[in-house]
Amino acid sequence: MAARDVPVEVTAPVVEMRGITVEYSGVRVLDGADLTLRPGEVHALMGENGAGKSTLIGALTGTVPILAGTVLVDGLPRTPTSVARSRAEGIATVFQESHLSPHLSVAENIMIGHEVRGRFGISWARSRKQAEAALATVGIEDVDPRAPLAALSPATKQLVAVARAIVLEPRVLVLDEPTSSLDESEATRLLRVVRRLRDQGVAVLFVSHFLEQVFAVSDRMTVLRGGRVVAEYRTAEVDRAELISKMIGEDIDALQALHSQRLSHHYAESSRVALRATSLGRRGMLGPTDLDLARGEVVGFAGLRGSGRTELARLMSGVQRADRGELWLDGERVQLRGPAAALRHRIAVSSENLRHEGIVAGLTVRENIVLALQALRGWARPLSRAEQDAVVDTYLDALHLAHEDLDRPAGELSGGTQQKVMLARLLATRPHVLILDEPTRGIDIGAKLDIQRRVAKLAGEGVAVVFISSELEEVVRLSDRIVVLKDREKIGELSNGPGVTVDTIVEMIAAELDGPDPGDDG
Amino acid sequence: MAAVAPERSSTGPAPSPRERKGGPSVRAIARRLHVDRRYMPVIGTFVVLALILAIGGVRYDNFLSVQVLANLFINNSFLIVLAVGMTFVILTGGIDLSVGAVLALSAVSAAYLLDVGVPAAVVLPAVVLIGSIIGFLIGVMVHVFDVQPFIATLAGMFFARGLCFVIAPESIPITDETFVAIAGWDTWVGGQWRMTTSVVVSLVVVAVAFYLLHYTQFGRTVYAIGGGEQSAQLMGLPVARTKVLVYVVSGTCAGLGGLLFAMYSRSGYSLTGVAMELDAIAAVVIGGTLLTGGTGFVLGSVLGVLVLGLIQTIITFEGTLSSWWTKIVIGVLLLVFVVLQRVLTLRRT
Repeated sequence: MAARDVPVEVTAPVVEMRGITVEYSGVRVLDGADLTLRPGEVHALMGENGAGKSTLIGALTGTVPILAGTVLVDGLPRTPTSVARSRAEGIATVFQESHLSPHLSVAENIMIGHEVRGRFGISWARSRKQAEAALATVGIEDVDPRAPLAALSPATKQLVAVARAIVLEPRVLVLDEPTSSLDESEATRLLRVVRRLRDQGVAVLFVSHFLEQVFAVSDRMTVLRGGRVVAEYRTAEVDRAELISKMIGEDIDALQALHSQRLSHHYAESSRVALRATSLGRRGMLGPTDLDLARGEVVGFAGLRGSGRTELARLMSGVQRADRGELWLDGERVQLRGPAAALRHRIAVSSENLRHEGIVAGLTVRENIVLALQALRGWARPLSRAEQDAVVDTYLDALHLAHEDLDRPAGELSGGTQQKVMLARLLATRPHVLILDEPTRGIDIGAKLDIQRRVAKLAGEGVAVVFISSELEEVVRLSDRIVVLKDREKIGELSNGPGVTVDTIVEMIAAELDGPDPGDDG
Repeated sequence: MAAVAPERSSTGPAPSPRERKGGPSVRAIARRLHVDRRYMPVIGTFVVLALILAIGGVRYDNFLSVQVLANLFINNSFLIVLAVGMTFVILTGGIDLSVGAVLALSAVSAAYLLDVGVPAAVVLPAVVLIGSIIGFLIGVMVHVFDVQPFIATLAGMFFARGLCFVIAPESIPITDETFVAIAGWDTWVGGQWRMTTSVVVSLVVVAVAFYLLHYTQFGRTVYAIGGGEQSAQLMGLPVARTKVLVYVVSGTCAGLGGLLFAMYSRSGYSLTGVAMELDAIAAVVIGGTLLTGGTGFVLGSVLGVLVLGLIQTIITFEGTLSSWWTKIVIGVLLLVFVVLQRVLTLRRT
């Protein structure tokens, strides 16, 4: 750690980006951005979705053409024109989307494009050995390098992508949202690898939506907003609230206000039960579960990934059929066969991967929003343009969607905006029960706030909302009641109030964890 | 299949020391015994091939003779070459419908050029080059102008077939001495196995293709493109060049196939090789290559051709059956294989 005491300014920068400007079909997405990367330093790139982070990374790695500005590597102008060129300069990138080949083996994926050459072409023995070394560096030496990539979990794939990036011993490592598919322990493992590489003198560019990870791992950060650099900080010297307000460019108090507003909101205990599940379950998926959802109530599902949150949501909404238990809607017993049936019963569900599964990239925003409503009415009775406009207008302002985006293909929009479009589509069907599975994952804080506000408002209008999120803070902030799940069972229910915090839930899960073992602390 | 489960659990939080200590030996054995799942379809094709051989051997007296097997290679050498080229294209997720017509064009050109007195030493490379050029043009259409491979190669097919008739509507016999000598050359391996020029050429093509696919960057990029073109681009691989090159490879193979066909039939006729591209595609699919690209092996395609050839042989041996039964059996086999692949991939996910 002695190296960390040296003032970092002393080391000469390995990459300097100056005045980088990028336009997509006339729209300026990056406007004179500067970025300096130094060896032995983790530099975080912060900003909302659409702030230009991915574009800046693209400019550095040669996937995005630069309109103006220069990229200096070791002080020499070397504007990358392709991924291969930037790799040759020692810049390795782990892109946000998985960029590995599912059919090839782990070793092939790590080594493709730079396999070790023998006299007769690729030497597989030596290539595999190098791949194994890279796997060991990222801490997954127990993965069989011959296994096909498709057989691995998303988290392991992510680590394989990192192994691929570091196998050439790059001087600059770019990580674009490397932890978004990882759970907590896996993320910790990845951060450990990042620190080790930093200590070996690699310059790391780290992009993540998880503030805590950024604070845990970075030495310095650059904040982007609307394509411009708005601030650069030493991580040790910046305050979280200040950083967030820089990122969203709006007052941080709004966040706090929402919280207190939710706390003061009291749904009537006697209000009508909208949906009731009795011993609902499915073999191998979820143990028998009882649950009531009342009108005007936000019920949060809390639990670790794989605890049964999503499974409960899917069974409740008929996306997957339960093999035991009953489901009651407004006092009547129902059998839901698939999402279309749920929609007819005014239950709207957003899936965990909703952006990938839900958005039809080729259709415009307007068409995406009216899709579910149209399906509900039947295709024989098309919505007129006026009706469409009425529906779309209702949700534009509520969700801070821009009017000019309406007729753009939804695939062109940022993740946060797509998420809002999906939400608008669900709301357009005017559901009585709204089930949101991870509606805010991987989107920026501004969009998050918009969605949370909207959820709170919906509850106020009498909708029964299920809110599922891995971010416990969010669950605590929004929910009236919190259902805690663990190992595919409901282990308890909390009525939210001033005494309930993230720690309350964590303790509940942890207690259940230690429970069966009498030898453990009590 | 069993190898998948430990894979997943091993990615959890740090493995316990006990597991690390006892693990390696067991895992090493499992690893050694574990057949890569990617080989499964090829193994399946091999089993089918063995089955057909067994059925033929039981039903007919002279079926399991060296002569029948040697003839299998002799009669199908051009199809092997076509299937090899097709494998490259299909591995990238494309398709090449032009190869049958290009084969005919190459054969007709060879017959025509020899007929007008051009020396064989010029004709042989020239007709192969015709295939390469058409392949290149198709590759440019597919990559630069982003035309669907189906459409681009369909255009190539009409173009090549039309050109055949422009050159010679009638069949031209080949009488050139050098050419006939080359075509008629043969050798007896082990005293019994007859190998002709065509067989040697086709086996060399298979070997070269195998080397290209597994030991060069070009081959690796072919697989990566099949796994996802954008991923391949983000991995910094030369996607553009490779996408054009696979059609050049396929076109060259079709040109070479035409030459082999001319040697086989000692003539050039504009109606040869009609629908032969479909035979090639069938062979590739039966050989275990996914039409969506990314997985498959050139040796599988060779097995696929042999399966098709053996079915034909059996129907010849049967004697009373119409040759259209070949098509029916191939159709059924194709369906079975595609469904099998589907089941395999479904299980994977």
